[in-house]
Amino acid sequence: METLVTILAGVLVTVATYLLLSKSLIRVIIGTAILTHAGHLLIMTLAKLKTGTVPIVGEGNPVDPLPQALILTSIVIGFAVTAVSLVLAYRTYQELGTDKLDKLRGDPDE
Amino acid sequence: MNNIIVMPMMLPVLIGIILFFLRPYIKAQRVLSLLTLLANIGISVYVLQQIQQNGIMRLDFGGWEPPFGILFVADSFSILLVLTASIVAAACLIYSFSSVEPSFEKNFYYSFVLFLIAGVNGSFLTGDIFNLYVCFEIMLLASYVLIAFGGRKGQLRESIKYVIINVVSSWIFLVAIAYLYGVIGTLNMAHISERIAEVGQTPTLTVISVVLLTVFGLKAGLFLYFWLPGSYSTPITPVAALFGALLTKVGIYAMFRVFTLMFYHEQQITHTLIGIMAALTLIGGSIGAVAYKDLRLVASYNVVIAVGFILVGLAVATPAAIEGSIYYLIHDIIIKALLFLLVGIMIAVSGQTKMDDISGLIKNHPLLGWLFFLTTLSLAGIPPLSGFIGKVLIGEGAVGAGAYVLLALAFISSIFVLYSLMRIFLTSFWGETIISQDEEVPVRKGWLVSTCILAVGTIALGLGAEPMAIYIQDAAETLLNPQIYIDAVLGSN
Amino acid sequence: MKINNVILRTVTKLVFFIILTLAVYLFFAGHNSPGGGFSGGLVLASALVLLFIVFDIETIQKGLPIDFKLVAAFGALLSVGTGFGALVFGENFLTQAFDYFNIPFFGKTELTTVTIFEGGVALVVVGVVVTILLSISEDE
Repeated sequence: METLVTILAGVLVTVATYLLLSKSLIRVIIGTAILTHAGHLLIMTLAKLKTGTVPIVGEGNPVDPLPQALILTSIVIGFAVTAVSLVLAYRTYQELGTDKLDKLRGDPDE
Repeated sequence: MNNIIVMPMMLPVLIGIILFFLRPYIKAQRVLSLLTLLANIGISVYVLQQIQQNGIMRLDFGGWEPPFGILFVADSFSILLVLTASIVAAACLIYSFSSVEPSFEKNFYYSFVLFLIAGVNGSFLTGDIFNLYVCFEIMLLASYVLIAFGGRKGQLRESIKYVIINVVSSWIFLVAIAYLYGVIGTLNMAHISERIAEVGQTPTLTVISVVLLTVFGLKAGLFLYFWLPGSYSTPITPVAALFGALLTKVGIYAMFRVFTLMFYHEQQITHTLIGIMAALTLIGGSIGAVAYKDLRLVASYNVVIAVGFILVGLAVATPAAIEGSIYYLIHDIIIKALLFLLVGIMIAVSGQTKMDDISGLIKNHPLLGWLFFLTTLSLAGIPPLSGFIGKVLIGEGAVGAGAYVLLALAFISSIFVLYSLMRIFLTSFWGETIISQDEEVPVRKGWLVSTCILAVGTIALGLGAEPMAIYIQDAAETLLNPQIYIDAVLGSN
Repeated sequence: MKINNVILRTVTKLVFFIILTLAVYLFFAGHNSPGGGFSGGLVLASALVLLFIVFDIETIQKGLPIDFKLVAAFGALLSVGTGFGALVFGENFLTQAFDYFNIPFFGKTELTTVTIFEGGVALVVVGVVVTILLSISEDE
């Protein structure tokens, strides 16, 4: 199971890298979101995937609750970052009239 | 139980939220945000005294004892940085009062400045590596909003790059934390340190430490500073000053914490790597500082040089060098804010950004000119200003460790700093006054007040090196003896 | 051109309340099973987003004259407030409390300050999502 999820995380990183390297701004932002989710899968795998009971002392074979807390926190942060970057991308598109990264380079004399 | 040490982070958050409800009342917003920062200064001075008397303080959130809960730890190093950050932020806020447009002020400018400060202070104080990541993100989220304030074309363009670079580097941070948790099984920094000391720093752990070094290198602008000059030269002046003074310093702080508390066993690998990166940073920053004529780019490259300089201290890691680094870190927070504010005033007064287009400013603005001269001297490390002691101590440490290449590079870079700023001073302040007094924008009182506060700060830090030495020695001792920190965190209450 | 979306409009009027119920369920389920303030808030926000999409923004804002920035700020204030509340009782920052009360009709019920914290989180999520949606869609 761990192997499968690790491979899935790897595939997500590949997809994200492809998107990050594309020219369209919106694709780059989607790329960062997918990248973050690959990170979440990684956290989950590193803490061992297993079925167990709730982590209360004395109740059988408990799972590690910490990775879930970390992932939830990280999802919230990723959500906020994606939201902010979408607004920023939209404003940039409005002001500069393009969402192509190669046109966002700036003037050579600046 | 030391609830007071959560205040430097939570007070700005609370006030920042309250300011959302006071949207139309700009005056109330200004007063409240300034009062918050003044309260932070008071709190950090008090906590600093407490630490001298009773040792390191810690606060377990929600009563969950370490290593199970998250916690804040206040040692001399972090509180000194909190104190300096609060002073600098207060000065930048005073500058904002007379420079930021009312439309920005109504769009929650002060709230986001306070959130930025909260993130910075949280990063300094936290004792948990995942919480460090969260505080980094709070700081970065606020900075994403602040960097775009103004909405000029170039600004938005640079903001996008800044955001994407930081999102990717935060992701690497997350991955490093995941690996660390997978290998060590804990996230409490003191507990990690203890476990690493038990099992030894295996190659896997060293690799993780290098991943962390990459992250902090990106955040602090250590060698991976390619994004820094562009991003730091676009925002409005007070925001640029806050960025230049604080954001890279948080990365440097994290590096000091991680490589003195946790990964100090394989110094020939990690610290050598830091040394090489610091050397390359010094070279690259020096070239950049003399290559550009845009005032803000020169100031940004000066930030890069300082990062390299401070990390020379960490790379050699002798007691004198660490002490010097702490000293120089505090000095650099103050002086970089001052430099960015002065450059901002010069641009605001003349309406030009290139040094060749500005000339003879000193005739109409003598105070501004001499403040800039003072900044130049302080950055170059002329006694009795604050840059001197840090440089001497780092130099002493480098000699002690036999790192002569680093020593030479560090001091040659100081000459480049002096040259790059002297060039601005000579071309822009001396020479023929090409701009008549009624053409130019008048200097406002708030601009001079804020820069004078910082100038007094750099003089006081230089002259008051003796009384400061107790705190800085204490901070260095804690950094060099991780056991003190571990005992304070994992010991019983 | 006016789009003919009678089916969507009719269904939305019904589905909106189902989504709201789900949001409330998720919010309270989060106490000791999957769910919680964040997911509940997201579902609640998605209900509002559906309204904004199906009917136009002006209509909804007329019927729901709330500044969602302030909703977010109020939520954050609630969440941070529970942290500071602990200080008043001389406890560590963010300490939460719970107790059992006998409430008529519900019987013995567990009430806890975590719910206030989670409620704050839910409001923040709703506020932020709607604010961002509106700021992106405002000018056509």
